Amino acid sequence: MESEVKTATHESSAGTRDPSRSFQDMILTLHDFWSANGCVILQPYDMRMGAGTFHTATTLRALGPESWNAAFVQPCRRPTDGRYGENPNRLQHYYQYQVILKPSPADIQELYLDSLKAIGVDPLKHDIRFVEDDWESPTLGAWGLGWEVWCDGMEVTQFTYFQQMGGFDCKPVAGELTYGLERLAMYIQGVDNVYDLDFNGRGVSYGEVFLENEKQMSKWNFEVADTDALFDLFAKAEAECRNALNNNVPIAAYEQAIEASHIFNLLQARGVISVQERASYMGRVRDLARSSCETYAQQMAPEWEAKFPGWSLV
Amino acid sequence: MADFLLELRSEEIPARMQAGARGEMEKLFRREMDAAGVSVGDLTVWSTPRRLALIARDLPTETEAVRDEAKGPPVGAPDQAVDGFCRKNGVSRETLEVREVKGRETYFAVVEKPGQAVSDLLAAAIPAIIRDFSWPKSMRWGEASLSSESLRWVRPLSGIVALLDGEVVPCIMDGLASGRETMGHRFHSDGAITIDGADDYADKLRAASVIVDHEERQNAIREGAKAAAEAAGLTLVEDEGLVVENAGLTEWPVPLLGRFDEDYLDVPPEVIQLTARVNQKYFVCEEAANDGDNRLANAFLCTANIAAADPAVVVDGNRKVLAARLSDARFFWELDQKTPLAEHAKKLERITFHEKLGTVADKVERVAKLARWLCQEGIVDGDPDLAEQAARLCKADLVTEMVGEFPELQGLMGGYYAEKEGLPQEVSDAIRDHYKPVGQGDEVPTALVTVAVSLADKLDTLVGFFISGEFPTGSKDPFALRRAVLAIIRINSLGLRFRMQKVIAEAIELHLPASEYDVESEFRAIFVEDARKFQWTNEDRVKAQEIAENLTGQMSATRANWYGGLAALPAFFADRLKVQQREAGVRHDLIDAVFALGGEDDLVRLLARVKALQAFVETENGTNLLAGYKRAANILKKEGWESSTSRHPGLDPGSRSASDDEEAGSRLRGRDDESAETLDGLGEEDPLALAGKPEFDAAFSDTQKASTKPLSYTPESAEKALIEALDAAAPKAASSVESEDFEAAMAALASLRAPIDAFFEEVTVNDPDEDKRENRLALLARFRDAVHRVADFSRIEG
Repeated sequence: MESEVKTATHESSAGTRDPSRSFQDMILTLHDFWSANGCVILQPYDMRMGAGTFHTATTLRALGPESWNAAFVQPCRRPTDGRYGENPNRLQHYYQYQVILKPSPADIQELYLDSLKAIGVDPLKHDIRFVEDDWESPTLGAWGLGWEVWCDGMEVTQFTYFQQMGGFDCKPVAGELTYGLERLAMYIQGVDNVYDLDFNGRGVSYGEVFLENEKQMSKWNFEVADTDALFDLFAKAEAECRNALNNNVPIAAYEQAIEASHIFNLLQARGVISVQERASYMGRVRDLARSSCETYAQQMAPEWEAKFPGWSLV
Repeated sequence: MADFLLELRSEEIPARMQAGARGEMEKLFRREMDAAGVSVGDLTVWSTPRRLALIARDLPTETEAVRDEAKGPPVGAPDQAVDGFCRKNGVSRETLEVREVKGRETYFAVVEKPGQAVSDLLAAAIPAIIRDFSWPKSMRWGEASLSSESLRWVRPLSGIVALLDGEVVPCIMDGLASGRETMGHRFHSDGAITIDGADDYADKLRAASVIVDHEERQNAIREGAKAAAEAAGLTLVEDEGLVVENAGLTEWPVPLLGRFDEDYLDVPPEVIQLTARVNQKYFVCEEAANDGDNRLANAFLCTANIAAADPAVVVDGNRKVLAARLSDARFFWELDQKTPLAEHAKKLERITFHEKLGTVADKVERVAKLARWLCQEGIVDGDPDLAEQAARLCKADLVTEMVGEFPELQGLMGGYYAEKEGLPQEVSDAIRDHYKPVGQGDEVPTALVTVAVSLADKLDTLVGFFISGEFPTGSKDPFALRRAVLAIIRINSLGLRFRMQKVIAEAIELHLPASEYDVESEFRAIFVEDARKFQWTNEDRVKAQEIAENLTGQMSATRANWYGGLAALPAFFADRLKVQQREAGVRHDLIDAVFALGGEDDLVRLLARVKALQAFVETENGTNLLAGYKRAANILKKEGWESSTSRHPGLDPGSRSASDDEEAGSRLRGRDDESAETLDGLGEEDPLALAGKPEFDAAFSDTQKASTKPLSYTPESAEKALIEALDAAAPKAASSVESEDFEAAMAALASLRAPIDAFFEEVTVNDPDEDKRENRLALLARFRDAVHRVADFSRIEG
């Protein structure tokens, strides 16, 4: 039976898109879909980060009572996942598609399934399942409940109802969807190697765009990066975060926390952080991120409380 | 009579929580109905990932009317009293009835409580059930979550169906109104479906591609998977956990069989099965191999939640995911083999075992020495060289990629890698099985080299944590020490004979090696020597505990932990033994009764003694002797003739007397002062060497003396008979215990039963003649002590 997209209406441009053959058309189709459903379509955050959740549109905007709906692609950097372009599934740089809907709408699951249909995943042909998977980020003082969404046994999306962020209860709760774009595209295009993905529907492959980057960046991450400089950068980011916090610009502080987090990941990839030190570095990053979120929330609280009588941060 | 249907619809409920949720649903429904006075018969509760359903048959439609009567003051009582009575019962004065009670006119308040409609009661109960529902983890959602007080549920609650005899029971929970509409299958059904009542609920859902009965879905998966495997000429590897989990993930389960590349079968079957099960929730299959055994087949069974247009598409997608996982696994398998286990083992220096116990490499070193020692001492009849070799390699797989990915494969992978390296079979077997036995049901290793490594590993862990002051407390046992002791007991009882204390002392020495350069090494040497002399007697345990407490006060926390751990170990073994033997029907009080005698640390002998004792006390002779013993013990207690064994009540390490305290303290101070030069004089200085025995012997020989002294009077015949019986039985009981013939020891005790019965019948203990009285008390003491040669009967219940 044919299922219809209930809330979204596709503009004529969608007709010319072919998400089943083109990586970028898949992204554009998701943009169309979530745009039609009231989301602000953002561009990626211009910093290196390990996950789309770090984007301020997700973390900081998950705080506070105001409604907030946004969708964006976020490039993610995971230095230790680099494989010099030799592994068909693993990359040190890849894309996530993030949707944040606050408060979580009652039909959020249906919306999500409609978005899958829009990019060509037919739930009567493919076995879609919501499998328990709770999410926790000690770094962000955040946790939520939800699922990993399986398509024929493959995890294609993280689906989370944020319960806490920066140590504060989310009031209201936001729903977060994180699509793994490459693996979803591999699935839809039916290719077994990420570098074989058709990027633009006109024969430019993912490998042509990114293979050389993966080779060089893997080498830099694992072998080349100057570790003394990295240690120095970590310390400077940490200090700058404190400086920003002391001057009540928590968004700037948060950026430095993101920076410190990535530098730490690079140090990990370089193998220069011992098991004993690891916990201490993670604790330092956690302090920065949490303090930034806390300061942001506390600073915004009076404005929020004024707009939403009866609402309080804690 | 009416049938009631309640369906709570939710976004996908985690599979692992559904069984608990069914129980919770029933419990809360019964609680609410009970409180409302509605009698409930049988309930049916079903679950799917998207709903919980409850059907209650034959509920009354109304509760019964109740007439309450209360007797008040007599007519003519002060107004105040009458008004108070009216207030209390919520009635007005005019409605009071007057009846005659024992000839007096008396007020009565009669309150008629009409029956209530069960529908109304249900309408109130449903929100309470939802609100009070307890989940392992719950969350808030949606607009209502603007307040942190909003409803919490496992996932967003999305619908309520509540029908009593086909009529909607109206209620509202968190903005959600009850009704008769529900949803069918997420993909196979479009729009809402309307339910008439409890009778058509399951059928309507089935028509909408939902099998609401979880057991039916489980059955469909169990049978369907089996049939699919058979159709392919294979045998399903059954896995009930997977059946339940897949039933909790589907509303319309469709088992599908797929094949993976045969090349992956190079990877050990356990790895394939584990990755298929844990990561993908797939079953695996076996096929008959040429040698007649079954081997893993290159097939998997996934459970789809749809009747797919083309099942091959779904299977192919799942195959790809599994292939990627198996490809990872094979990569690890091949990579790990490029490095010999001995090389892997070197990396263990970088892994902390526990901050107080050093690295895993340190542990391996100790285990290797202990395993070799166990063989050399003949405690385990294995080859010392092989035992040491296996022990040195047994933890190496912890740093392999495969075990990093699948920690549950520890041991197993080491065994495979050892085999691939061509190490002796005994060594690879020992590496594979040295963690065993893990749980209650796990098999106990019998291969001798394996036994040596397994025993050494567990003893090292146990002793290490105990002498570091890391005891399990209450429900907290982070290092699984209870399990370790249980494993030691089980290995021991499988045919090994040894003194536990000797083995523990050896493990202690390995933890606290002597070192020339270390100022602490002297203390270590002293403690190790103390540990070697330590006996599992109450006296020694009390002494060790006292030393620990004194050291705590002297800021020697480390040394206090040593002695404290040593003191605590025997009771820890006793407790585990009791738990373990409970299932075998061995009474815990009898274990106490033998343990309380002290000095018994050969667990095999101890159990033999306990079992003989149990056989005896359950006979008529045994029961009567116990009664006689208790009578004797009571009399002695009243007269202040304390027993030597019950002075430090058995297994309680905290009990001690003040005078002992002082003594131990002074000894310790002395040693601390002279610590630099006392190494030579240790034998005499050793507090434990001085502790214990003498007091016990003194008490015992005293009574002996009393009984052998010629009597100054002619004993009564029953008295004489008891003396003679004791003269015969006491040495016999003692020698039988010595030769481990516990049945004979019991028989010796049995011979005392008639004489002690007759003694109590015919002889007055509390004779006015002081001499007679003293002698008779001494005789009873002798009787008590003879019994104590076999077991401390004061600990036997009944």
